[in-house]
Amino acid sequence: MTAAQAIFRAQAASIFLHDEETDELVFEAVAGQSSDALIGTRIPSSTGIAGWVLVTRQPLVLEDLGNDPRFARDVAERTGYVPSALMAVPLLHEERALGVLQVLDREQDERFTLAEMDLLGLFASQAAIALDLLRGARRAKAIVEGGAVDVALVAELAAALEGLEEERREAGLQLLRALVAVLAPPRP
Amino acid sequence: MSLPAWSLPSGELGRIAIEHEWPERVDAEWAFGGSTGAGVRVCVLDSGIEGDHPLVGAVQQSFTVVPDGDGHAVVEDEGVDLCGHGTACAGVLRALAPDCSLHSVRVLGTGYTGSGDVLLSGLRWAVEQGFDVINMSLSTTKSKFSAVLHELADSAYFGRTVLVASAHNMPVESYPWRLSSVISVGSHDQDDPRLLYANPAPPVEFFARGVDVDVAWPGGSTLRCTGNSFATPHVSALCALVLAKHPQLTPFQVKSVLYLTSANVGGAS
Repeated sequence: MTAAQAIFRAQAASIFLHDEETDELVFEAVAGQSSDALIGTRIPSSTGIAGWVLVTRQPLVLEDLGNDPRFARDVAERTGYVPSALMAVPLLHEERALGVLQVLDREQDERFTLAEMDLLGLFASQAAIALDLLRGARRAKAIVEGGAVDVALVAELAAALEGLEEERREAGLQLLRALVAVLAPPRP
Repeated sequence: MSLPAWSLPSGELGRIAIEHEWPERVDAEWAFGGSTGAGVRVCVLDSGIEGDHPLVGAVQQSFTVVPDGDGHAVVEDEGVDLCGHGTACAGVLRALAPDCSLHSVRVLGTGYTGSGDVLLSGLRWAVEQGFDVINMSLSTTKSKFSAVLHELADSAYFGRTVLVASAHNMPVESYPWRLSSVISVGSHDQDDPRLLYANPAPPVEFFARGVDVDVAWPGGSTLRCTGNSFATPHVSALCALVLAKHPQLTPFQVKSVLYLTSANVGGAS
């Protein structure tokens, strides 16, 4: 988030993640002039600007938001900050839309360019990869904390892998990847 | 002995006579000069269109997609737009083709975000209705839908429905804009709503105005937006203008007319 804010010299940046089970957007992370008290806030997935970007899979930029107080309030309620301009891009990883990245208020007097749109798209694809990893880690944590996995067994396995020579460790990792593919095949 | 319908005995050449005169050079004046889009039916497959927005005017019909047994049905809908995207696209269309008739099929904001099936059902229905132009400022990243989208896009193409779709300027595979039977649109940054550039390096085929576009926004207001979503209805509107003057043109020919009237074609700057 801080990287997104810095790249675009913006006042704030935020991420919404899509909760597929409830079909809601969850305010996940924020940098800059926004209130992190809103983290965890949920909104219906197809409303507001974030919803628009999520469902159309299309990035967009909005300017002169101050002209529309109703809209500014709408964004403010979702970000804790009233912007005059906003860039939003879907976080797409493989075939899924994981969420939406928003960059609020780039530096004053700078017109938005198509090159920035491409940069935003590239940045979002990197962010989506990171988010996918984060989600995977969260799922793993939830499974471990839920007691569904023998933690000691996993730790033992990790220690055993760590102790192997490089070639054998790679073979062990391949075996584990194959096991994951069997137990948790990718979603169709 | 009768021959299959896709054969052409020389004695039946009269059956396929196509009475359409082409000018020596297709230019903007021939293509859409004086046209207002009258008589052309344009479908906006999107999040709905807000009824009676001053920049949109009358919406002929509004439909939405609802669950029906194992599948979906298309039913009449109120003129609502929960997120604003469809209204924005409709405003761009109306500004360029003021007399076209606008039809809305709401496939976004139906409460089934994750389901590309809603999108496909809406598109299938729209193709069956034989609209002249369908505007799709959206795409799906689900590869399992690509085959069906391909089939629907081909049905539209042979059924004389011009399907205009937003290109994706992100490094992902998405559809239907990549299909050759649709007209795919990216953005240029100039302030001329009729200015079109043909891309010699597809899959994006045309660039239209997509930066700092003042679009209709729900609540009767406007908003300044940038994105391929807004470039796309510019091209849909140009297609409507061409078809209003030359209703006999096929999607292939409409695409050719767009190409021939693009600012970078034929030595123009």
